[in-house]
Amino acid sequence: MKQLADNRAESSNGFEPKIVGFFCNWCTYLAADLAGTSRLHYAPNVRVVRVMCSGRVDPQFVLEAFAKGADGVLIGGCHPGDCHYQEGNYKALRRYVLLRRLLEQLGVEPGRFRLEWISASEGERLRAVINEMVEQVRALGPFRGFNRLPVKLAQLHGQKECSKEPASVETVEL
Amino acid sequence: MSERGQKLPSDVRVGVYVCHCGVNIAAVVDVRQVAQLARGLPGVVVARDYNYMCSDPGQELIRQDIRDYALNRIVVASCSPHLHEETFRHAAAAGGLNPYLVHMVNIREHVSWVHPDRERATEKACELVRAAVRRVVWHEPLEQARVSIHPDVLVVGGGIAGIHAALTLANAGKRVYLVERQPSIGGHMAMFDKTFPTLDCAACILTPKMSAVQAHPNITLWTLAEVTRVEGYVGNYEVEITRWPRYVREDLCSGCLKCIEACVYKDARFPDEFNLGLSKRKPIYLPFPQAVPQVPVIDPATCIQFKSGKCKKTCVEACGERGAIDLQAVPKVERVRVGSVILATGFQTFDPRRMPEYGYGIYPNVYTSLEVERLVNASGPTGGEIVLRDGRRPQSVGIIHCVGSRDRRHNPWCSRVCCMYSLKLAHLIRERTGAEVFNFYIDMRTPGKGFEEFYQRLLEEGVHFIRGRVAGVSDWALDPSEEGKLVLRVEDTLLGIVRRIPVDMVVLAVGLEPRSDAEELRRLFRVSCSAEGFFLERHPKLAPVSTFAEGVFVAGCCQGPKDIPDTVAQAGAAAAEALALIDRGSIEQEPNTAYVLADHCSACRTCVSLCPYSAISIVGGDGRPHAEINPALCKGCGTCVAACPSGSIRQHLFEDEQIVAEIEGILAGVAGG
Repeated sequence: MKQLADNRAESSNGFEPKIVGFFCNWCTYLAADLAGTSRLHYAPNVRVVRVMCSGRVDPQFVLEAFAKGADGVLIGGCHPGDCHYQEGNYKALRRYVLLRRLLEQLGVEPGRFRLEWISASEGERLRAVINEMVEQVRALGPFRGFNRLPVKLAQLHGQKECSKEPASVETVEL
Repeated sequence: MSERGQKLPSDVRVGVYVCHCGVNIAAVVDVRQVAQLARGLPGVVVARDYNYMCSDPGQELIRQDIRDYALNRIVVASCSPHLHEETFRHAAAAGGLNPYLVHMVNIREHVSWVHPDRERATEKACELVRAAVRRVVWHEPLEQARVSIHPDVLVVGGGIAGIHAALTLANAGKRVYLVERQPSIGGHMAMFDKTFPTLDCAACILTPKMSAVQAHPNITLWTLAEVTRVEGYVGNYEVEITRWPRYVREDLCSGCLKCIEACVYKDARFPDEFNLGLSKRKPIYLPFPQAVPQVPVIDPATCIQFKSGKCKKTCVEACGERGAIDLQAVPKVERVRVGSVILATGFQTFDPRRMPEYGYGIYPNVYTSLEVERLVNASGPTGGEIVLRDGRRPQSVGIIHCVGSRDRRHNPWCSRVCCMYSLKLAHLIRERTGAEVFNFYIDMRTPGKGFEEFYQRLLEEGVHFIRGRVAGVSDWALDPSEEGKLVLRVEDTLLGIVRRIPVDMVVLAVGLEPRSDAEELRRLFRVSCSAEGFFLERHPKLAPVSTFAEGVFVAGCCQGPKDIPDTVAQAGAAAAEALALIDRGSIEQEPNTAYVLADHCSACRTCVSLCPYSAISIVGGDGRPHAEINPALCKGCGTCVAACPSGSIRQHLFEDEQIVAEIEGILAGVAGG
């Protein structure tokens, strides 16, 4: 994993976090559209990548975002029971729970990684979540890169036999 | 990641178009700076900013540049792709480019409208454009798949909206299933006496349409029926409808109603639902005289036979050889296949018990407006006589507007019809009883054809209008003139004084709200609800009857409060949308399906159980087994793609390379990459 440029880590004064959002096409992306048409002002720190369903969010994307210098990652999906594809959001939730544990081991504070259910009518909630997360990440400061210690999956799960590299957590059947 | 997929295409020529959207974007985002940045990005041949990209000249700009600069990728930075992705895909196609080589960046809804800081908004727009340029490089030409549209339509709800939509479709030769939960179609409109502002008789204009529904060869009408399961997608919905037993067979009953006369209960003694409990009915009854179908219904909750099994069954006797009464009937499940669905499930009125200060349910002479609709109705509980529960004729009546509406404690919205129906009731009450009528209003809202004129007419008829929200209704008399009356306390905001108005009868103009079970129906059909709970239209102006579930349309008050003319207009629009879908015969599907790289797949089956559409199967059992995705069944969620341990499943339009390139583009500034 790449280390971040040093100059960035030094200048945490006036630090503006950069957050990558993975928003599902049918709920959270539309909530962001609604926030727009309602002219709700919120922090401009989130850059949205549109996916059809939160279930499309490969854990690799999240790792990639942190590795490339994101200070936070926000996944937005439909509320439980509301998924446009029936249950993709539940799959996202399962991955999120596992991935959060992995990220903690890698030195990513929990506040940097969030999964939120925001429906198409919840523009107000979208604003609140983004503002709150931006403040949270701002307080944490810039993300300084993953721990470089070799972490074995066995340590993460407390199991005995497993020697896979952490980056291949996606191979675990979720 | 990139080693698992394609190689980076070398001959990429990207055109970037940054839209001003008038001042919508340009007032906040420095569009010239965004275009300037785009010009310096690898692969970009031309980058422009333009006033309105979606206009004809804007689209022509793209078409011309494709020819002049041999562009093979297009990035448009403008509004939400939900609004104009199709527009720009068409523009690219018209220029001879595959439409899927276009990518949109949302710098209006997601940037200029939400971030007032010019510098930071411009920075965000630049980064999103950079990400899109990196992404679009990985786009590939794709072919659209088509699915056929089943020509039958399901209409849910048999009020005026559902009736009108069903008749429009049936008259166009389409087969319609109309499902109604109540024993008769007609909905709320069947309960009204007159309609505003023309005062034409609701029954006279509604009942011919109700009979037409029943007689129409193209309409299958199921009353006492509910949708219990929905599967499939646009063009091919499979719907399960549960028909609750009526205990009187529609195919055998002649509508003679002798069974009702013969019931062992000589007197009607159970509250009549249709008359809101203002009259009584027997356990076997016809909901109202013009009910469609004209077939009695047995209420198992009150029928002796169902309660004790020890009834003389005089109704069965009266029916005689016809044998239409079937006390053994059980719920029946119907399964139908339809291509499109119209939801017309209507509204419920606000329950004024939630505002105890108005005394509903405490003082018998406090009525809801819907109850008064029944009282003034010639076929209602009093035959159209306006009398109080004790039989007296009211000498004075107070109508309180906005009960439950425009109230932050309850429903913040205006229910749109209450001012007008209050005027109508004021007119009818005054005409029939000569009583003094007081309207207590916040604002009079009479926008509509002939509405303001009707209001003027009422002013001239001597109806009183007092501007102020009523604080409370009580029977505490302060002086002899208030004895035996209901006293309304109100601040008259035009006079600036608090007044006490004693009346005999109080009418609460209750607002309209979403049905309490709208949420369940919403989930069944996978449509969205707006914050207040009404079904959400795809676009408030330009797609007012479409929903985010393709092939599902909305009509009437389930989408929001509206009057009868608007409801009928919307029902016609919903029917027209369904017709357009059917007559096209097929619909293009977004080609964002998942596919398997057979050589990489180890047939681990992780994906098989994840797919909600059973689109994935394991094939090639004898040689090298691998997963295969049926593109006709795949809906493009991408859940299997994210889960595949070997990266052998990929998704068109959402390839790993594309998404990773987008992430890299967003973050290119921070990590120095």
